[in-house]
Amino acid sequence: MIENRPGLRLFCHAMLLLSVLTLAFPVWIAVVASTHTAERMLTVPIPLWPGTELLDNYRNVLLKGVAGASAAPVSRMMFNSLVMALSIAVGKIIISLLSAFAIVYFRFPLRMVFFWMIFITLMLPVEVRIFPTYKVVSDLHMINTYAGLTLPLIASATATFLFRQFFMTIPDEMMEAARMDGASALRFFWDVVLPLSRTNMAALFVILFIYGWNQYLWPLLITTDESIYTAVIGIKRMIPGGDASVDWNLVMAAAVLAMLPPALVVIVMQKWFVKGLIEQEK
Amino acid sequence: MAAVSIRDVYKSFGPVKVIQGISMEVADGEFVVMVGPSGCGKSTLLRMIAGLESISSGEIAIGGRVVNKVEPKDRDIAMVFQNVALYPHKSVYDNIAYGLKIRGLPKAEIEVLVQRAAETLELSALLKRSPRELSGGQRQRVAMGRAIVRQPAVFLFDEPLSNLDAKLRVQMRAELQALHRRLGTTTLYVTHDQVEAMTLAQRMLVMNQGRTEQIGAPLEVYTKPATIFVAGFIGSPPMNLIPGRIEADGAALVTEVGERVRLPQAMVAFAGRDVLLGVRPEHLETCDEASALLTPQINFVELLGSDSLVYGYLGADKRGVRLAARLHAASAQAHDGALPLHFQAQHMHLFDPASGQRIQA
Repeated sequence: MIENRPGLRLFCHAMLLLSVLTLAFPVWIAVVASTHTAERMLTVPIPLWPGTELLDNYRNVLLKGVAGASAAPVSRMMFNSLVMALSIAVGKIIISLLSAFAIVYFRFPLRMVFFWMIFITLMLPVEVRIFPTYKVVSDLHMINTYAGLTLPLIASATATFLFRQFFMTIPDEMMEAARMDGASALRFFWDVVLPLSRTNMAALFVILFIYGWNQYLWPLLITTDESIYTAVIGIKRMIPGGDASVDWNLVMAAAVLAMLPPALVVIVMQKWFVKGLIEQEK
Repeated sequence: MAAVSIRDVYKSFGPVKVIQGISMEVADGEFVVMVGPSGCGKSTLLRMIAGLESISSGEIAIGGRVVNKVEPKDRDIAMVFQNVALYPHKSVYDNIAYGLKIRGLPKAEIEVLVQRAAETLELSALLKRSPRELSGGQRQRVAMGRAIVRQPAVFLFDEPLSNLDAKLRVQMRAELQALHRRLGTTTLYVTHDQVEAMTLAQRMLVMNQGRTEQIGAPLEVYTKPATIFVAGFIGSPPMNLIPGRIEADGAALVTEVGERVRLPQAMVAFAGRDVLLGVRPEHLETCDEASALLTPQINFVELLGSDSLVYGYLGADKRGVRLAARLHAASAQAHDGALPLHFQAQHMHLFDPASGQRIQA
């Protein structure tokens, strides 16, 4: 803004602070709740400042799980989530890199038909095709397996499209120079295209890791065994319905733990992420 | 080291005919420049020799071996591209070494070859840099390094200097010539810049709309252009072309608007014929009115310092033929209005307006 009036600045900052508080408050409550006993959490008003049970709560959740609801420890669930998020992110990147490379650099019959087939699946989110997908996965006996959890989510039109657009900005002469140098198609892919796509891959990895970590509907359908619950599903199962009492302190501890890996990925890869979204290395 | 033969080569992209029957023999060690306006097919022809484009019909042979169906890497050639196309993520050393690495040469040997190429091109100090940290001229030198390190039989250059600024272009032109003298490798060079073509070529191939207009040494192309197109394309400002009919006694040419241009030498053989009379601006000289061959009306003078460009038209009004003359700075200044000019017989060119061909020996 061009004006420089103190009143306006005060107002802007007040609005910003208010928004930050609104967004941060639930997170704060979750953190606070995870440091109290279950009884303290049922009293009114609920505490707003941290208590003393932090270590006990987290130790319980990580190693023993929440009694009654689901017996699996959260460490196990987090491992499952990690496997799922990593497989989806890495799998999607590999598959879309290769398919985009094929579409951009090879002239084969029905090339555009294939491209459009991939592109059209953009309009079909997981939720739309969930029943046929479930049927296929269950017929293949992949219920309660990591394969069943990740494979149906790996095919990605978005990532393919993104890489296609990026590859099209690489000058044709680069490919011709590589041909002159005697590089085969895959050699060119490995030696030139892949290194040039690094920042794009990093940005996609961040987005896809979070996408995989936060999957809810699909793991809810495909997992019936506690040992393969993901963190998101585990938390949901910790909250029994009806009048049964909920150990909110433990549930919140699990929730806080589940928040950490995506946050960590974003913080660690932030530099690459921004680079990949705004600039192309050329 | 190899000769290159282009034998009746055609190329079409779908219905579009880009190259329409070009033949040329390039001798071993020769520096040949292909020149023409953009879209004339010169780059396509080069890319066909490189193997980046297929050949619709005809034959291309390198070193006596027909290469129509041979992969680029097996043709024993190297190419330098207009936009350089260095691998941006590799160092200068790795850029130059990449082709050797793919061929599986031992590391020590690659090291020796790259160092030698780098010395030739004065790149030794830059080997560890990334292409991003180089100036335009240095990048172009790295691209050349990538080509010479493999010691190919033929170099192909696709407008390598057109992305450089004017001063650098002159410098790189000299370096290219020196490089060719030293290595003696057969070189095919594509450009749309006639100065580059004139200065670099031992022989040049002038192309227009996918056809050969003329093949010859630069000076020959300049002094005896084979067609109207070549006459207009080579030389700056282009040759003056005056359409008209030669009088019965062959002594003069009469233009459409009735203006008379006397010829320095009677052309009895072409008496009564419609022709295009060509005279280069630099061959027109001022003279007194009695010995004038033509007297254009001058309406515009450009002072270039060393000489001046004088523009005018033949005839009473501006519908007449436009003319340009390159005159000494001193002789141009005084003139506005009628300027008597003459030229020597050996600087006169006659073309057939219908076929576009040169008609006088």
